[in-house]
Amino acid sequence: MTNMNPGSTANMQIEDELSEDPQALDRGSLSYRQLVWRRFRKSKLAIIGAGILIALYSLSLFADFFAPYSYITDNMLNRYVPPTHVHVYDTKAGNLRWPFVYGLKSTRDRETMELSFTEDTTKTYPVTLFHRGDSYRMLGIVSSNLHLIGSDGPFYIAGTDRMGRDLFSRILFGGRVSLTIGLVGVFLSILLGSLLGILSGYRGGWLDVAIQRIIELLSAFPAIPLWMSLAAALPAGWSGLQVYFAITVILSLLGWGGLARQVRGKVLSTRDADYVMAARAAGASHWYVITRHLAPTAYSHIIIIATLSIPGMILGETALSFLGLGIRPPMTSWGVLLQDAQRVTVVLHYPWLLISSLPVVIVVIAFNFVGDALRDAADPYSN
Amino acid sequence: MRNYIIRRILLAIPTLVAISIIAFVIIQLPKGDYLDQKIAQLEQQYGDSSSIAQAGALRHRYGLDRPLPERYLKWVGGFVHGDFGESFRYEREVKDLIWERLGFTVLLSIGSLIFTYLLAIPLGIYSATHKYQWQDNTLTFLAFLGMSLPGFLIALTIIVVVYKLFGVPLFGLFSPYYQAQVGWTPGKVSDLINHLWVPIIVISLNGVAGLMRVMRSNLLDVLGEPFVRTARAKGLKESVVVVKHAARIAINPLISMMGMSLPDILSGTTILSIVANLPTVGPLLLQGLQDEDMYLAGTILLFMSVLLIIGNLLADIALAWADPRIRYD
Repeated sequence: MTNMNPGSTANMQIEDELSEDPQALDRGSLSYRQLVWRRFRKSKLAIIGAGILIALYSLSLFADFFAPYSYITDNMLNRYVPPTHVHVYDTKAGNLRWPFVYGLKSTRDRETMELSFTEDTTKTYPVTLFHRGDSYRMLGIVSSNLHLIGSDGPFYIAGTDRMGRDLFSRILFGGRVSLTIGLVGVFLSILLGSLLGILSGYRGGWLDVAIQRIIELLSAFPAIPLWMSLAAALPAGWSGLQVYFAITVILSLLGWGGLARQVRGKVLSTRDADYVMAARAAGASHWYVITRHLAPTAYSHIIIIATLSIPGMILGETALSFLGLGIRPPMTSWGVLLQDAQRVTVVLHYPWLLISSLPVVIVVIAFNFVGDALRDAADPYSN
Repeated sequence: MRNYIIRRILLAIPTLVAISIIAFVIIQLPKGDYLDQKIAQLEQQYGDSSSIAQAGALRHRYGLDRPLPERYLKWVGGFVHGDFGESFRYEREVKDLIWERLGFTVLLSIGSLIFTYLLAIPLGIYSATHKYQWQDNTLTFLAFLGMSLPGFLIALTIIVVVYKLFGVPLFGLFSPYYQAQVGWTPGKVSDLINHLWVPIIVISLNGVAGLMRVMRSNLLDVLGEPFVRTARAKGLKESVVVVKHAARIAINPLISMMGMSLPDILSGTTILSIVANLPTVGPLLLQGLQDEDMYLAGTILLFMSVLLIIGNLLADIALAWADPRIRYD
């Protein structure tokens, strides 16, 4: 924003806008990207959303370090432990001290034979930063057993599941699958959607008709039942990674149609524009026209639709895994975690299992905020 | 108008054929069939392989040893006299299994659709007439929340909270007493209505959020039109200007969206039914898919698509009826 240039292009608007937006002066000299960015950052919600997304993605990428436990560390003695309270006030000594947790005391109900846990106030364990705990190989490179936060005592800030695994750690690790499945799925949708959309709009003729019919046909199925049917067809013997990619393909199978339609419309409107004609007349190949003239006009559209369709894919994965048709254990995702909460009777006894739904909701809202602001920002020339 | 409707119905036929092929192929995708599972089960039970001969006979009876196209034609051929094949698991006609559940599916979906629009349109109008005031901002925030919350989570939370607070279980569509009762009595109907509102609200929430935003922006566009200024200049009451003049125009795109919101509602109905154990085709579809009970699952998938096609058709007709500016010839 350094090149202030009150040039002739901006003169017309100066009088209107000087009073409310002094930056409008140099609008004429900013690139499209700068204009979009300027409008985007005006939306506070979008900035907050982007911040939350960056934080969540880094938390799950480096989950080995940020999570107090590994996601497979189980402890059959600590099944269904309610969320641990972190205390700062020592009732015995009557003073404040460094955060600590109490030990666990388990009692078995005589009638229902269920274990219930209470705090054992005779034992205290300090919560430590840079705690030495479960060892790991981060991203397959760095070997360590250092965790940002942890304790020698029971430190389950979101409780444990039916195998005594720390839910909070599993949420961070589960984010790796849930957060990336949307990105990979959208990448596939973009690839398929923009390719077929450009082809459909540029080639026209029978190819256009065929592609449009296919899109219409796909939209004649309700999403969840179709996803369920396709996911149920995945062979039981497949590895976690194979299932992961298969799920992304299934999710993007329905996602590309809408994108292809938008891109096609955009291409149709620019296909016969003068500059495209000029390029053709000057001897440019079809490939050159498509990649240099047609595709760039659709970029902003594609990015916005992509951002807005990520939440749907994350929700799709969650729903599929929740029903037991998606990601399979030992791999974990937010949907897999919620699978434990599928039976209402279980949730009634162990309500903290629903905590796994929080990250889903937060991520989806954040993506919606960002996508919404991008849509408004994509046309920075309008007022 | 009549020609338009006839043409639309004729155009739906090739779509139906294509859909039936896709549904059939998808259901055939898993390796093996229901009988493979059955054989494994029998072998475990009796510990010998005599069951294999039995399975072969069954396979022949169900026509599973025939080539794929032949099986498809046989399946589709049955449609004409209402035969959709037989469920392997239940050893009953698919038709008998899904008929009543299909009724509840339609009931829930249409109920949710109506509720969605009844709620979304007034809220959208309210939001637009209070643009950027706190009422609008609150509704906008709630709409974002509503669009972001997966339906099954809302359902789970509502069921748990209501049970904890009031001790009322909200599963199913009937109380145990009426569940066992065969046939319909006034008591059973009122029991159904008492149970229906929770699923309908839950299914509607996501749709309301999105539609409300569309209604808001449509109305804001229309409120800027010259004819609205004229109406105001005539000295009409603001409520008359908004409701009778502007909202009537702003509603039209929402009517054409009816067809588009049906797939979402059907998806929502499916997953909610699985969570809350509602007697729609959703839980049956999941079970059919897990058991590789292919005629059952395939028929359900097919019927869901047929519902969507009918819904789209009705939405188009409703639009033609509501907006006389649209010409069809």
